[in-house]
Amino acid sequence: MLLKTFTLGGVHPEENKISSGQPIRKAPIPKTAVVPIAQHIGAPAEIIIAKGDKVKTGQLIARGQSFISANVHAPVSGTVTKIDEFMDSSGYRKRAIQIETEGDEWIGTIDRDEKIDATIKRSREEIIQLIKESGIVGMGGATFPTHIKMMVPQGKKADCLIINGVECEPYLTSDHRLMVERGEELMIGARILMTALGVEKAYIGIENNKPDAIDHLTNLSKRFPGITIHPLKVKYPQGGEKQLIKAIINREVPSGKLPIETGCIVQNVGTAIAVYEAVQKNKPLFERVVTVTGKSVRNPCNLLVRIGTPISVLLEEAGGIPTDTRKVINGGPMMGKALNSLDVPVIKGMSGVVVMPEKEARRPKISNCIRCARCTFVCPMGLSPYLIAQMAEARLEERAEAERIMDCIECGSCSFTCPSGRPLLDNIRVAKSKVGQIIRSRAK
Amino acid sequence: MANLLTISGSPHIHGDQSIRKIMWGVVIALIPALLVSFWYFGIGAFIVTMMAVLSCVVTEFIVQKFILKEEPTISDGSAVITGLLLAMNVPGNLPWWMVVIGSIISIGVAKMSFGGLGKNPFNPALIGRVFLLISFPVAMTSWPLPFQNRWVFTDAITGPTALGVIKEGLGKGDSLDNLMTRIPSYAEMLIGNMGGSLGEVSALAILLGGLYMIIRRIITWHIPVSYILTVFIFAGILYLIDPSKFIDPVFHLLAGGLMLGAIFMATDMVTSPMSKTGMVVFGFGCGILTMLIRVWGAYPEGVSFAILIMNAFVPLINKGFKPAKFGEEVKHG
Ligand code: SF4
Ligand code: SF4
Repeated sequence: MLLKTFTLGGVHPEENKISSGQPIRKAPIPKTAVVPIAQHIGAPAEIIIAKGDKVKTGQLIARGQSFISANVHAPVSGTVTKIDEFMDSSGYRKRAIQIETEGDEWIGTIDRDEKIDATIKRSREEIIQLIKESGIVGMGGATFPTHIKMMVPQGKKADCLIINGVECEPYLTSDHRLMVERGEELMIGARILMTALGVEKAYIGIENNKPDAIDHLTNLSKRFPGITIHPLKVKYPQGGEKQLIKAIINREVPSGKLPIETGCIVQNVGTAIAVYEAVQKNKPLFERVVTVTGKSVRNPCNLLVRIGTPISVLLEEAGGIPTDTRKVINGGPMMGKALNSLDVPVIKGMSGVVVMPEKEARRPKISNCIRCARCTFVCPMGLSPYLIAQMAEARLEERAEAERIMDCIECGSCSFTCPSGRPLLDNIRVAKSKVGQIIRSRAK
Repeated sequence: MANLLTISGSPHIHGDQSIRKIMWGVVIALIPALLVSFWYFGIGAFIVTMMAVLSCVVTEFIVQKFILKEEPTISDGSAVITGLLLAMNVPGNLPWWMVVIGSIISIGVAKMSFGGLGKNPFNPALIGRVFLLISFPVAMTSWPLPFQNRWVFTDAITGPTALGVIKEGLGKGDSLDNLMTRIPSYAEMLIGNMGGSLGEVSALAILLGGLYMIIRRIITWHIPVSYILTVFIFAGILYLIDPSKFIDPVFHLLAGGLMLGAIFMATDMVTSPMSKTGMVVFGFGCGILTMLIRVWGAYPEGVSFAILIMNAFVPLINKGFKPAKFGEEVKHG
């Protein structure tokens, strides 16, 4: 069978899905949770509790404000001991709420019955309202507030939903496990999202290296009209929205535009399951599945973790911090961020913690660009990374903009491939933020 | 613990490609052609090859260490390739000091004076070759015949190349039918049993190396295929117009340095375009120029000049033929 995939560029990093056979298990509830109020793209939520307050698990503690923002809920029950700046996974100190855990008492509105509820009773508006109240954001790492993504802008029309089960990042397996273990909830979540969008079709894209997930969901899909499963050829960065849309329905999102231009909305597997929980079970987003893995990690695993749990607790669960640890990454090795502390808390968008030993953390030696064009071959956006990186270094932001630097999705394929070990994406990233400023100042 | 963590931007892993791997891959791809040349031309071919490689590497080392005062990078294999390619572009009995001069020009002038690997606009080995051709035209066009004098280095029995025979003959008004009897059969040309520079001889050995490089993804097919195809079609059209004046296209593929040029010289990544469409345009240009020079130019062979001229066009090609961008045209499937 000829498998679908996107056409431009792409690379094949070693998959290293070490933890793919490990069933999801619950991580211990932390003694203290630190809950940042900015876990999403957009404005931080506004804190609505005070130091000394008692909170229950699932209680709203910070309300999303302005347009793009998201609610934040207490992930544990206990006492608010501090509201202060804490180091988070971005490497900066940001405002967060610290809660001392006492027991685990959930708010009464959550339906804790394990039975799966497949009947969708809510209307379109109610669904979007519930998603908003539950504080759901894109759980693949983008952390864009889901309720906003679900509101199709005036004049645009959605005709399909795409569920992203690609998980193209090496090492990560949390979505894989969710598809295998919670397939039915995923399907119902997809149906709910379809209702909210008013579309009849949904496609679930899964890379071919997860045959168990493909089989399981294909079987389930017989019971869910409108949802089809699409096995995809393994190729990074297939999980990028634009690449996934191209791979499954062969439409190209125009440069500088949002996916809705092509009539579809992409949601990640974890997000769809969170939507199921929010709409059917009234459960806000306060826990998520995190893959804790790495070549020297003793017990690589997939953990169901409360938001606010320190990374160090997860590493203990995985058998302790390996002695040769050099780098700890929030997310996968291609697009994740290196953490500068193991005390930082898990947030909604954290799909994995990858521990890298000394040997792997080292970067290749940098030499001259040999003009081999490999970076242009692998760029999924069809850019010329060698050229825009060169312009970035020379501070030629305007020219970099003309070369479409803003189309770069920061997938890292170029740096990954460059035989001269050039830090292409590092340079591109710096210039991108400058070009972004220039564009914004022009708009004013 | 915490302060020991390395912080750097993504990606946090790197593929297994390196300059070293690419360059030594090219060297491996050259082995069949080298062995064939040693077989046909004996000790002379071996001495010329070793001399060229040694002088290229030494020149690069000296320039980097004592003039540019930077860490020498001779182990990346690129100077070895230049040496090998230069050797493949000269006759097997070329005096050793000419080989040394060619190497110094290739590395010292054509490569290092522009800033070293990656910065040179022209293919270094070709610059060396053209320099030698202009400076020592007689020595550079006396081609030893295969299997003759395999154990002596100089004073080999020499003869013109097949391209030379045809060009000169047609110039004098000989008929093609007559001339065809004076060149080797195509089968012999394919395996390399003919006079010529070391690397011009066996199309088969060169193709083998090319195949290896494409499979190992060291090069892509774009330049060699478009180059060779252009020559074939151009020659084919001429042949159809007047088969009594123009020799058939198969001859053009097998004779001279076309295979070597299309597969090993034009594909030099430093001096060729950066997009696949650009590469096809580049190969097309090389093909047209090669044929123009072969048929109407002053030299019997045009591959070196064609590639060097196209090298000069690379910046322009890069501007005109960018890779296809995602989302450029709105396509709804
Ligand atoms: S990081 Fe940007 S420039 Fe590099 S390959 Fe990805 S999209 Fe292209
Ligand atoms: S991959 Fe690296 S060496 Fe090759 S063209 Fe791009 S930047 Fe230059």
